[in-house]
Amino acid sequence: MATQHSRSAARLMISPAVLLLLGWMIVPLAMTVWFSFLNYNLLQPGPRTFAGFSNYYYFLTDPAFFTAIWNTLVLVLGVLAITTVGGVLLALLLDQPMWGQGIVRILVIAPFFVMPTVSALVWKNMFMNPVNGIFAWIAEALGLQPFDFLSQAPLFSIILIVAWQWLPFATLILLTALQSLDSEQMEAAEMDGASALARFFYITIPHLTRSITVVILIQTIFLLGVFAEILVTTNGGPGTASTNLTYLVYGQSLLQYDVGGGSAGGIVAVILANIVAIFLMRMIGKNLEN
Amino acid sequence: MARRVTPARKATVTAAAWALGLLIFFPILWTILTSFKSEGDAVAIPPKFLFFDWTLENYAVVNQRSDYLLHFWNSVVISFGSTFAGLLIAIPAAWAMAFVPGRKTKDVLMWMLSTKMMPSVGVLVPIYLLFRNTGLLDTRIGLVIILTLIDLPIIVWMLYTYFKEIPGEILEAARMDGAGLRDEIIHVLTPMAVPGIASTLLLNVILAWNEAFWTLNLTAAKAAPLTAFIASYSSPEGLFYAKLSAASTMAIAPILILGWFSQKQLVRGLTFGAVK
Amino acid sequence: MGKISLKQVTKSFGDVTVIPALDLDIEDGEFVVFVGPSGCGKSTLLRLIAGLEDVSSGAIEIDGVNATEAPPSKRRLAMVFQSYALYPHMTVRKNIAFPLKMAGIAPDEQERKVQAAAKVLNLTNYLDRKPGQLSGGQRQRVAIGRAIVREPAAFLFDEPLSNLDAALRVNMRLEITELHHSLKTTMVYVTHDQVEAMTMADKIVVLNAGRIEQVGSPLDLYRSPRNLFVAGFIGSPRMNLLTGPSAAAHGATTIGVRPEHLTLSRSEGLWPGRVTVSEHLGSDTFLHVNAGDLGTLTVRADGEVDARHGDSVFLTPQTGKIHRFDADGKAMA
Repeated sequence: MATQHSRSAARLMISPAVLLLLGWMIVPLAMTVWFSFLNYNLLQPGPRTFAGFSNYYYFLTDPAFFTAIWNTLVLVLGVLAITTVGGVLLALLLDQPMWGQGIVRILVIAPFFVMPTVSALVWKNMFMNPVNGIFAWIAEALGLQPFDFLSQAPLFSIILIVAWQWLPFATLILLTALQSLDSEQMEAAEMDGASALARFFYITIPHLTRSITVVILIQTIFLLGVFAEILVTTNGGPGTASTNLTYLVYGQSLLQYDVGGGSAGGIVAVILANIVAIFLMRMIGKNLEN
Repeated sequence: MARRVTPARKATVTAAAWALGLLIFFPILWTILTSFKSEGDAVAIPPKFLFFDWTLENYAVVNQRSDYLLHFWNSVVISFGSTFAGLLIAIPAAWAMAFVPGRKTKDVLMWMLSTKMMPSVGVLVPIYLLFRNTGLLDTRIGLVIILTLIDLPIIVWMLYTYFKEIPGEILEAARMDGAGLRDEIIHVLTPMAVPGIASTLLLNVILAWNEAFWTLNLTAAKAAPLTAFIASYSSPEGLFYAKLSAASTMAIAPILILGWFSQKQLVRGLTFGAVK
Repeated sequence: MGKISLKQVTKSFGDVTVIPALDLDIEDGEFVVFVGPSGCGKSTLLRLIAGLEDVSSGAIEIDGVNATEAPPSKRRLAMVFQSYALYPHMTVRKNIAFPLKMAGIAPDEQERKVQAAAKVLNLTNYLDRKPGQLSGGQRQRVAIGRAIVREPAAFLFDEPLSNLDAALRVNMRLEITELHHSLKTTMVYVTHDQVEAMTMADKIVVLNAGRIEQVGSPLDLYRSPRNLFVAGFIGSPRMNLLTGPSAAAHGATTIGVRPEHLTLSRSEGLWPGRVTVSEHLGSDTFLHVNAGDLGTLTVRADGEVDARHGDSVFLTPQTGKIHRFDADGKAMA
């Protein structure tokens, strides 16, 4: 539909966005790469010397690094498992005829709008606190010993908090997808003699695959960068029990002021994220084709 | 689907859905309830659900600390500022990509999305140092710049999917009717695009309001928005559940209300139009 | 005035040539229909004339003035789109007035013209509605109204009836033809439906793969198609095409006989066969006859003919109504 005139106008209109994002990608990233090869600590004045790969060496051989990678994986996969399975089940339930569906929907979606620092603090103090928390009260009421969630199972607790924030997102998207399922398709399957279970596996699930993919992709982007929840609840501890990669790099750079080491960690995080991203982009790309 | 659902089944489903819905909502409800309690009632065991002395004292206390209003205002400025700046840059770009698609358009869109996948922590150090050296640290303008950049891909994508739905023939009709580019944008495109732009704005304000990596790392006392202000309650001393709840309620209430309005757009916005 | 000339116009998208060099003259006041199968380039050609696409080479003249580089808004052409392309946020009144507003015409003059157009198109009672509240036919009329108020040099129609149901289509066909009679403005009309082409056009341009196969009046094309493509495309039901010995007997590679030029007999005739399907339309009966080696022939018979599946019949082509084509598919004199 385009004429030569509109084509050049189009290029002009796209360029600010492209240039800004290009700058945003290249400049800081190049600086991170540069810093990662320097001995550069904000607490140590004096000349910054070339460090070679030593920053990488220290970062990658630090036992905390492996813990962080493991924790990141557990966190992402744990939350993904809870939210997708829970999301499918909840969406199926909410798709049934009921009274007050609109209100239930609103109740379910609400946690998504709570800022991470608030949800982390509320869970930490009012639910998981071993003395005053609701969970402690429930445990005592049942005659059990109160459980100190954040010191005894810190990563699990954080997974629980983050999953609470993201379950609404998964549910809402899957519910939307369910509602777009053509009812004639269901009726045709019924006419063809498919049982409710068969309809679920042969029609509902394939129909949801695309949305489930999307849920996984988008959540992964956000879950790889979980930060505030850890900062507010455990500070990555006890020890490094709940430190993920993001938090590790943050600690290295802004708590220990080790710019070189933090940058090396940042680059490692970027590389790992890119490996994940390549898979994600392929899948999104495929999704966009149809 | 004109089929009869037995009342018993409907009642069961309703009960289950409401129970689960309330369970999921409970932490928020509890926060709101606690915000009206005295500090003593707030930590009472067994917990007091509805029968306590309702008080607005916590809100008064939190508000008296004038810095609460400052942080609230910071959140407003940062989330709306970054969203408006993002829209200003993204509208022309999305317009061009939707209506004058070239062979590279899909690639550019995918590339924009890929910038979103770069972990923030990978560029934390240089951004922190750049901000420190240019005096942008702990300023609202600094955060507006950063949030504009990180939200730009989402804004472009959302607008793109909305603009895509405006049939190209209508714009061509306007051209045939003698409208130049300016008239086309003012009289035809803008009125048709306003609903999409409004939902994009809404969703982005929500995302920016709740953003908690850059706001925590690049602000201190002066420009800290509510995310960072609330985080300051995490230190164990001086922890008051009722006041924490009051502050939290005020921090999430505006966005909770906006969010409920934007449910439908939320899905398509966050899935880049892949789910509608 | 609305004379449009295309001179050696070509259009390529990247490496794909959609329209090889093409010359065409559209006279002032003519109703010209571009017809052809989907993908033949007819819509592209219309959009080139409209200025919605750039020509790759060649020139487009409107009333003798070179308009090749002119933007759509400066060509004094009005277009009716397949999807109608009404502005959904404007009332019918504002939709029709939009081109007038763009031309900077005074509001009271706009209103007068809108009223006049609405009267012609039976839209007077709907002026304050929005397009979403109108039926398909009414939307179509609004689109036409928006085109006529500008008093353009020529109207361009891009498959305007394809979204309407069959009955409405016949009505709108008549309305557009009447409109042409009263306005006497040049109209260029794109369709894939040869019935629309035959019934509306002064001049039909048959396009195939971006090339003009034949230009002529509907009856010219019907009587003397220049090649096999036009022969097969114009006329409904399609012309029967025969190859082999029966064609060789006429000194041709292929011969064609229209269904209405076959005489049906129960007892004797040139080509024997059996009825496979008979379609009773009331006014006519179309019989599909399996004629052995000749393949399936279609014959148009009287409406009252009572033929059934399996009946044995004989078909004879009327003298002088046989079209002969050579090995290249070109009509032979």
